[in-house]
Amino acid sequence: MKHLHILFGNLARKKVRTALTVGSFAVAMFLFGILVVVRLAFQAGVEIAGLDRLIIINRTSIIQPMPLAHRDRIQRVPGVTKVTFSNWFGGYYQNEKNFFPIFSIDTDSWLGVYNEFEVPPEQWKAFTEDREGAIVGEKLVERYGWKLGDRIPIKGTIFAGNWEFNLRGIYKGTRQQDDPTQFWFHWKYFDERKEFQKGMAGWYTLRIDNPDNAVRASKAIDQLFANSPYETKTETERTFAANWVKQMGNIEFLILSIGTVVMFTLLLVTGNTMAISVRERVRELAVLKAIGYSDRTVLTLIMLESLVIAALGGAVGLGLAKLFSLRGDPTGGILPIFYLPNIWLLYGFAGALVIGSIAGVIPAVSAMRLRVVEALRRV
Amino acid sequence: MVRVDGENNGRALIQVRNIDMKYRRGSEEIHVLQGLSLDVAEGEFVAFMGPSGSGKTTLLNLIGGLDTPTSGSIRVGGEEISELSSAELTAWRARNVGFIFQMYNLLPVLTAFQNVELPLLLTKLSRADRRRHVEAALSLVGLEDRMKHYPSQLSGGQGQRVAIARAIVADPTFLLCDEPTGDLDRKSAHEILDLLTALSKEHGKTILMVTHDPLAAEHADTILHLDKGELVETVRTEARV
Ligand SMILES: Nc1ncnc2c1ncn2[C@@H]1O[C@H](COP(=O)(O)OP(=O)(O)OP(=O)(O)O)[C@@H](O)[C@H]1O
Ligand SMILES: [Mg+2]
Repeated sequence: MKHLHILFGNLARKKVRTALTVGSFAVAMFLFGILVVVRLAFQAGVEIAGLDRLIIINRTSIIQPMPLAHRDRIQRVPGVTKVTFSNWFGGYYQNEKNFFPIFSIDTDSWLGVYNEFEVPPEQWKAFTEDREGAIVGEKLVERYGWKLGDRIPIKGTIFAGNWEFNLRGIYKGTRQQDDPTQFWFHWKYFDERKEFQKGMAGWYTLRIDNPDNAVRASKAIDQLFANSPYETKTETERTFAANWVKQMGNIEFLILSIGTVVMFTLLLVTGNTMAISVRERVRELAVLKAIGYSDRTVLTLIMLESLVIAALGGAVGLGLAKLFSLRGDPTGGILPIFYLPNIWLLYGFAGALVIGSIAGVIPAVSAMRLRVVEALRRV
Repeated sequence: MVRVDGENNGRALIQVRNIDMKYRRGSEEIHVLQGLSLDVAEGEFVAFMGPSGSGKTTLLNLIGGLDTPTSGSIRVGGEEISELSSAELTAWRARNVGFIFQMYNLLPVLTAFQNVELPLLLTKLSRADRRRHVEAALSLVGLEDRMKHYPSQLSGGQGQRVAIARAIVADPTFLLCDEPTGDLDRKSAHEILDLLTALSKEHGKTILMVTHDPLAAEHADTILHLDKGELVETVRTEARV
């Protein structure tokens, strides 16, 4: 296009103003990127949670355990293929800030149910042979600079005392959303050492042969233990994860409202800037039209100006958000899954262009409608 | 040949016949031009004078295709322009009219060269051809050494010369100048008027100019007075034939 130098001349006319507008776009799009990351972080667990996996917790409360004896009876329910169990171990490494999920797991059945995690076989073997062994997610290992064979002290909070484990293996998630920050150790060791709740499992996780059987199997299991001292509540892993997110507050709504307010503000800021900048050069636009520039060309010039601002700001903001996300979870554990997929960069960029065109459209149309004779009279 | 009686035989380049121009301002109707006729032959240099508000700018805008008359006919080179749509008029202006306004003519974000190039961007000329034309136009107005200057780096007279270069660069059918010297000091004004005279005499350009300055009007071949919506030809001062 031969007229590009006019466009860039106009953008360069008030450099500070253009920079500020581009800057507000960049800030807003950066925020958008981070909101997406946070949303995905909360949703990640829900989205990948299996429909063919059920979680059984104590009906009274998730913190109440259930007897190990449940296990065999669950196993016999039609449709159930594999069962494992584990307990939550509240604890931290060195100080309370170094918090991550610690589970005591049943080494025989764990990977059969949680088959998205991969552990090198020789490491797994070393782990099973060491009572005090532990398997840790790769991100966690990276965070604390641990090496295989390291002795890791963990301070127990629920089961008080100093616990020590030997790092025997490192697991990897096979999907991007798999939590790479868990810490696993032997349920048997845990059960022997603790002073209360012996022989109890925190929750059961099981696989079923077909997701269609989820409802039937859940009902059958809960019926099995109805009216016993340890009633159960069985849900698919996805429902469980969704309820868990819900407990954290309505994150989705929060993010949506923040996002909307920011985008609306951006629209006003940019629209206003464009309107001012068109008003300032009414005379010039009139001269262009007198010379023979069509209404369409004038409209296009103004629209493009707004779009260039949006594209620049969008690219900068989203680029920064991507860089930020690549550095990983800044909260030190609250958002273990912290990433910005490229498709969302594309959505964001498209969104920026949409806002840019909406912001440009009113000033551009008024420039298009501008009547030369009237504009030339206004000095 | 210039006539104001509407009795020309149809050979004139610009033929204005019996035009009326009314403006509405609220309930009030302002009748600016009433049954005005005008013929301007090719190569003529015509000056329009008249009191403020008499309709000089209005007339020029109509002939330049910036506005359409309430009634009447305007033909340029045989083409009726009062019936063209706004988009057609825009394209027509690009081909036929070179505008020179009183002030704020140039785009401040473009260099002298780029300002002069503007009308050529609407043509199919190659970059090299555009450059040739722009350089020729700028040297014609004596500013070949100011091509890279921005309007803010030029004097008022130089700026107006750039505007003249821009008006002639696409070789339009005629030039319209609305008080081209209104903002200039005597000396600069004189330079501009000499330039317009040269364009008329040496290059055969048809020029219609509005001015308040009798000395400026003296440069034209014909001086017309516009008063109460009607044109009256002024007796020529034979001084500069
Ligand atoms: N868009 C408009 N709406 C209403 N009235 C208008 C409009 N344009 C011009 N007029 C009126 O038409 C009359 C002629 O205006 P015009 O600008 O043609 O005068 P002029 O002879 O050029 O005056 P000046 O010497 O001051 O430039 C004036 O009374 C003006 O107020
Ligand atoms: Mg005027």
